[in-house]
Amino acid sequence: MEAFLHQVLSGLATGGIYASLALALVMIYQSTHHINFAQGEMAMFSTYLAWTMIAAGMSWWLAFVATVLASFVIGLLIERFLIRPVENAPVLTVVIVFIGLLVILNSVAGWIYSYTIKSFPSPFPAEPVLGGLMSAHELGAIGVTLVVLVLLYVFFQFTPLGLAMRATAQNPVSSRLVGIRVGWMLALGWGLAAAIGAVAGMMIAPVVYLDPNMMSGVLLYAFAAALLGGIDSPVGAVIGGFIVGVLENVMGAFVIGTELKLTIALIVIIAVLLVRPSGLFGRVIVSRV
Amino acid sequence: MSGKAPEAESAGAGTAVRAGLRLWAALGLLLVLALLCALPFLVSSYRTFQFTMALVYAIVLLGLNILTGYNGQISLGHGAFFAVGAYVAAVLMDRFGVPYWATIPASGLVCLVFGYLFGLPALRLQGHYLALATFALAVAMPQLLKYKAIEEWTGGVQGIVILKPDPPAGLPFNQDQWLYLLTLAIAVIMFALAWNLVHSRVGRALMAIRDHPVAAEAMGVNSAWYKSAAFGISALYTGVGGALGAIVVQFVAPDSFTAGLSINFLVGVVIGGLASISGAIWGALFIQFVPNIADQISKAAPWAIYGIFLIAFAYAMPTGVAGFLRLLWRRIARRG
Repeated sequence: MEAFLHQVLSGLATGGIYASLALALVMIYQSTHHINFAQGEMAMFSTYLAWTMIAAGMSWWLAFVATVLASFVIGLLIERFLIRPVENAPVLTVVIVFIGLLVILNSVAGWIYSYTIKSFPSPFPAEPVLGGLMSAHELGAIGVTLVVLVLLYVFFQFTPLGLAMRATAQNPVSSRLVGIRVGWMLALGWGLAAAIGAVAGMMIAPVVYLDPNMMSGVLLYAFAAALLGGIDSPVGAVIGGFIVGVLENVMGAFVIGTELKLTIALIVIIAVLLVRPSGLFGRVIVSRV
Repeated sequence: MSGKAPEAESAGAGTAVRAGLRLWAALGLLLVLALLCALPFLVSSYRTFQFTMALVYAIVLLGLNILTGYNGQISLGHGAFFAVGAYVAAVLMDRFGVPYWATIPASGLVCLVFGYLFGLPALRLQGHYLALATFALAVAMPQLLKYKAIEEWTGGVQGIVILKPDPPAGLPFNQDQWLYLLTLAIAVIMFALAWNLVHSRVGRALMAIRDHPVAAEAMGVNSAWYKSAAFGISALYTGVGGALGAIVVQFVAPDSFTAGLSINFLVGVVIGGLASISGAIWGALFIQFVPNIADQISKAAPWAIYGIFLIAFAYAMPTGVAGFLRLLWRRIARRG
């Protein structure tokens, strides 16, 4: 029983990280209806930035704040200069731009920082908490995820800028008519997504270590989480993230062993999607004929 | 009456011009085919191998294009069908002593069934959700191939080594040239079949489902059947490509069929041009040769250069190389 509880709790910790990245995917999807394949590599790059700052002697939390801000600006610039020109191209062409961005970021990170695995420090103490059921880092990662969620909720519900961004996502044409600068709202959405991704990257790096390919597995889980929860629902993405994290851990530990856990987790997710094709919390689109 | 005459005349001239252009197009096609046949006798063995692989990719991309381009179902999992085709061929040759040429249709058939069955549950999923489901298949494939219970046939992580087939006795080719010509012959047949398919009733039904599913249903198109059939046919093409690929590379192993391969196929289809037969060739040339070019430009970060190429193509030709050429062609035709 205790072993089971341990697996569930550590599943919640990784699930929190999947949830953050899934949230970043949903942010971009909601405003532009694109799925950003490069989200994981953007987070990886941000984490390397943080590593550079920490290696240069900055304190962990200062580096954290600086990285989040820098990632926000980078996300903004990527939208302005790379995504804007293909705004009206066919969807799959945009996907190609995302894949291009993915390989560029991956390759440049490998070039600058080399492909050797680096360890990334955790800001939390090393000793276990809750009577040995969790490490402090796992508890901290869940805490940070929840803080990010609350901040985002407050931002979107209670600030004029958040309202403007929601309006843009829902109806860009009407938003423009009432004077919202739609283009900038989309860029802001990218910036926010990059910043959230950076947080996820810095939280998972102490667990999976730092290397240019660290995010490939994580991004897949984040996709699965976002789609499981419903790609147009931020709350769904977060719950989906926790479900995927727990499922992955429990399945791997008790049912089929670690070598097939990715496969099984995906099969379960697809089985759910077959029953509920728009995800657990997604809006069911009914079209009039 | 007199008012109508000039119009009819100009229309007649238009068809004459179009017929002339079609003649040129046919002549051009023949010339290209002749050049393709001569190619392995003009370049080195290694280049011949590369062109053979490009032909293999062209067959795969054609299959993917039937599904994604003509039927509008996004697949990020064709690497899995490619793997199944390759493994069926390799296991048949290695464990059962089946001659290499017989494994190609066998792989195609196995993939047809596999693809059709996979297409049935996929009917419920659309767009991004379908992309995820197929991507999951691609991600799972290497793990499944390594699975202990089937190691006796698949050779586990080690994979299977295949011997390079000899050309039939009496033909004056070396092994690479023979493989190239065999692949070319199969590719030509597959292209002709695909061309006929998309210009037939079936092709129109597939495109109608892509463009307006409700209208297609109302016209009496059995959309569920066509969609899963499109999956099956697409997998058949990919399986044939996989079998040829295995024979050409002479080796199969689980880690040659990663999710990256599936993404590469999608890249090829989009860069080549969606819903276009010739697009498969441009896409295949892109995914075969651009990584090499990128590697020559920068040894330090070749994939960064590849990414720049990708983005540049997406900017310059949003409808793919084939779409770009079609635009160019139309402009010439209008002027002529």
